[in-house]
Amino acid sequence: MDFRVSPDQQALQEGIRSFCEGRVSIDHLRELETRDAFDRDLWNELAEMGIFQLRQPEAAGGVGLGTADAVLVFEGLGRALVPGPLVWSHLAAGIIDGAATGGTVVGGLDLIGAGSNPHLVAHWNHLDALLLLRPEGVFRADPKALTAEPVAVPLDPLTPLHHVTDLPGGERLAGPDEARRLWLDGAALVSGQLLGIAEATLTLALDYAKKREQFGRAIGSFQAIKHLLADMFVRQEVARAGAYAGGATLDHPEVGDVERAVSGAKVTSGESALKNAKTCIQVHGGMGYTWEVPAHYYLKRAWVLETIFGTPEEHSSHLADRIATGD
Amino acid sequence: MDLRYSESDEKFRVELRSWLAEAVPSHGDAPPRHDWLARREYDAGWQRKLFEAGYAGLHWPKEYGGRDALPTEQLVYYEEIARAHAPYVGINFVGLLHGGPTLIVEGTPEQRKRHVPHILKGEQIWCQGFSEPEAGSDLASLRTRAERDGDHYVVSGHKIWTSFAQVADYCELLVRTDPDARKHKGISWLIMPMDLPGIEIRPLQTIAGEGEFSELFLEEVRIPIENRVGEENDGWRVTNVTLRFERGTAFVSEMYQLQEHLAEIVKVAARVTRHDASAWDDAALRKEVGHLQADLDALWSMVKISVSEASDSGVPDMGRSAAVKLFYTELAQRIADVAMRVLGRAGLSRSDVAELPSERFLAKVLMSLNLTIAAGTSQIQRNILSERILGLPRER
Repeated sequence: MDFRVSPDQQALQEGIRSFCEGRVSIDHLRELETRDAFDRDLWNELAEMGIFQLRQPEAAGGVGLGTADAVLVFEGLGRALVPGPLVWSHLAAGIIDGAATGGTVVGGLDLIGAGSNPHLVAHWNHLDALLLLRPEGVFRADPKALTAEPVAVPLDPLTPLHHVTDLPGGERLAGPDEARRLWLDGAALVSGQLLGIAEATLTLALDYAKKREQFGRAIGSFQAIKHLLADMFVRQEVARAGAYAGGATLDHPEVGDVERAVSGAKVTSGESALKNAKTCIQVHGGMGYTWEVPAHYYLKRAWVLETIFGTPEEHSSHLADRIATGD
Repeated sequence: MDLRYSESDEKFRVELRSWLAEAVPSHGDAPPRHDWLARREYDAGWQRKLFEAGYAGLHWPKEYGGRDALPTEQLVYYEEIARAHAPYVGINFVGLLHGGPTLIVEGTPEQRKRHVPHILKGEQIWCQGFSEPEAGSDLASLRTRAERDGDHYVVSGHKIWTSFAQVADYCELLVRTDPDARKHKGISWLIMPMDLPGIEIRPLQTIAGEGEFSELFLEEVRIPIENRVGEENDGWRVTNVTLRFERGTAFVSEMYQLQEHLAEIVKVAARVTRHDASAWDDAALRKEVGHLQADLDALWSMVKISVSEASDSGVPDMGRSAAVKLFYTELAQRIADVAMRVLGRAGLSRSDVAELPSERFLAKVLMSLNLTIAAGTSQIQRNILSERILGLPRER
């Protein structure tokens, strides 16, 4: 048992971090707001880095890494608010041709989780294929063949949405076990993204609290502010523990209970992301309420991520049922 | 990032589990909390059994009779102890988790010989004389005075929050040896035998009722100078050896026990009726319990990260220790809130009523209020985190 991030994993994290800092700055995100939140070149670069084929076996041209590694990668992508159907295309690698290499942009709909209604599909305009996760199996649909109404003003300016009203059955790709596995994988990866948001919002709030002066000194010297930031740190570390345990348990199910670990990851990381993003706005005071300060992007993305692969209520109830039955 | 225990850890688990399966039932039930003599006998007897089986001082070096266990083996130990509902470390807490480790690091060979093996066997009970009425969170402002007189210190002062004073043989005592030095500089760490003249013990009634803590009134107590641990006026540094330890690992077994407690609350909720359904049929309660379970699991994973980090340095990371302490103690209180709601009016009784475990639940509920105060209040933990880990400026 060594639950530290290994040196190899640190290198992986560092690679993602430096790529995102150079390529997906807040300024670039602001620019993408005006370009339907999708950057095809960025998508290809992410594919070249192996984001989508991260967990595909090396024999199949993949990177051959585990789910814990993938959680670290998605933590970095979440921290940088990288837009696009990242998790769906990653899940589709090995199932839908071209997803792994980025040639086919795959979006999806989670019809297992409680948050599936209404059927809102993200990044519709850029999708080549749609992955549908249902309790009874994994299905593929052609987005071009469906009718979908664009949502006039999406909450997250970097997650444009379409409302699908005539959802087709689609082509069946796999059965219920595979659907459940993909759903759990998806929840674990989204937990990584949510952890990244918890981290990014702490960093943003901390930088501001050190710089911003009122009453003649940095607001970060006041205990009222300090304790908000200390609580953000605790929530970040709770989310880290939860999200990493989700990934590590999926890699080695013998260490515990996969469903319990993944539900725990989604609950803790979701709460941390939302609370930290809101606290980040609060620490920024009035400026935090402006579009100009990026705090709102994190909160809006966290709200998007909360609704897929199981809501917190659903995962909490699931955990409660498992305690009651002694699982 | 691997949660798999090694083969040798698992072997350790199997051996420990089979020993506990026999040892725990044969040790009998814990005596009532107010019966101190019986508690001493019970806890010391359990410590003796641990010693004879080779499980005492798991984290202590071998040369002092410990097992020198890997941090991962210690985690396995805490998991199995909780699982087997084995006796808690109890009155041996201060000796095993504070006094002993401090003597091992800072004591003279003579001091170690006189105390360390006896602590390990449950033959010496220790208590702690750190806090004072005017020195709580600001511990370094303590005033208990020690003046040299020949080969003795003459000590007078007033200590508070001393656990197990009624049954302790020795006290780890912080005194001021230089009243003119800056507050952190004039403190010394003494071993005070509890049978010396001039020590008065007054049990303190807490909101939990029992005399868990006492006040110590010291009037010209003569303590041999050879009982000083570390240099004169270097006691603050010596103290921090133990405080760091306390915040790092001392609560690990209680954290794991919370898992068992939450599962028990769920069982009780299924038996308690509300109108024509059970309390457990309430979806809101189930969601809240599920959320607590997620947090408890994350807490245990945090402990695993902390233990992994300590496997190189031997000392847990300060930021993570403070985060663990803060999160654990507030989580324990949230669980206590749920226990209270599940008991309903049965929670108005401190003894079992209507076949519900009010006595044990209420003991936990009331004691949970102490957790966010003892060993550094939650507010102090937040100051530590924000100043030392996040690098925010001090308020003054």
